[in-house]
Amino acid sequence: MDSVLDVLSWICLSGGAIFLLVGAIGVLRFPDFYTRLHAVSVCDTMGAGLVLVGLMLQGGLSLVTVKLLLMFYFMIFTGPTAVHALAQAALQGKLEPVVDDREP
Amino acid sequence: MFVTVSAVILVAIAMGLVRAFRGPTLYDRVMAANMIGTLTVLMVSVLGFMAGRPEFLDIALVYVLISFVSTIAVLRVVATRDRTTRAGEE
Repeated sequence: MDSVLDVLSWICLSGGAIFLLVGAIGVLRFPDFYTRLHAVSVCDTMGAGLVLVGLMLQGGLSLVTVKLLLMFYFMIFTGPTAVHALAQAALQGKLEPVVDDREP
Repeated sequence: MFVTVSAVILVAIAMGLVRAFRGPTLYDRVMAANMIGTLTVLMVSVLGFMAGRPEFLDIALVYVLISFVSTIAVLRVVATRDRTTRAGEE
């Protein structure tokens, strides 16, 4: 049972690490602000969520898991809110998104 | 394994730093700061597990809220500054 939980938590942790890396590469490489914002939200939700779930599986049934769950809860609410506020501020600050307006 | 995850987080933080320095707009820098905040929270909790001291999670829990508030605060400052400069031009 213990080893099953271990394997599951390693899978979650490495999946989260892959998402974090992909998001960071996106932040570095994408061409304009709004696309980079998309990469950040990948980092914020999926990467952080999977890493926290992996740590929860390591923690077992204890106060540690409760704290991790609380962090997970806050992150799920604050991450998208912050990204939405950023996009809104950039739009109001007259930052134009790059649009492909060629004829289809 | 924890070492691998924290190394990946450090690499991601370095990439975010590069974006924060390169800019080009202020919003990119705020976005990079927001991402580095999230990654720091993860780094602190993984480090806590690695060192066998889960008390670090309290710090991470506070850091989640502080990084959110700081992002919103910087955006508020930028928005009000833009509004006052635009009003000054007219």
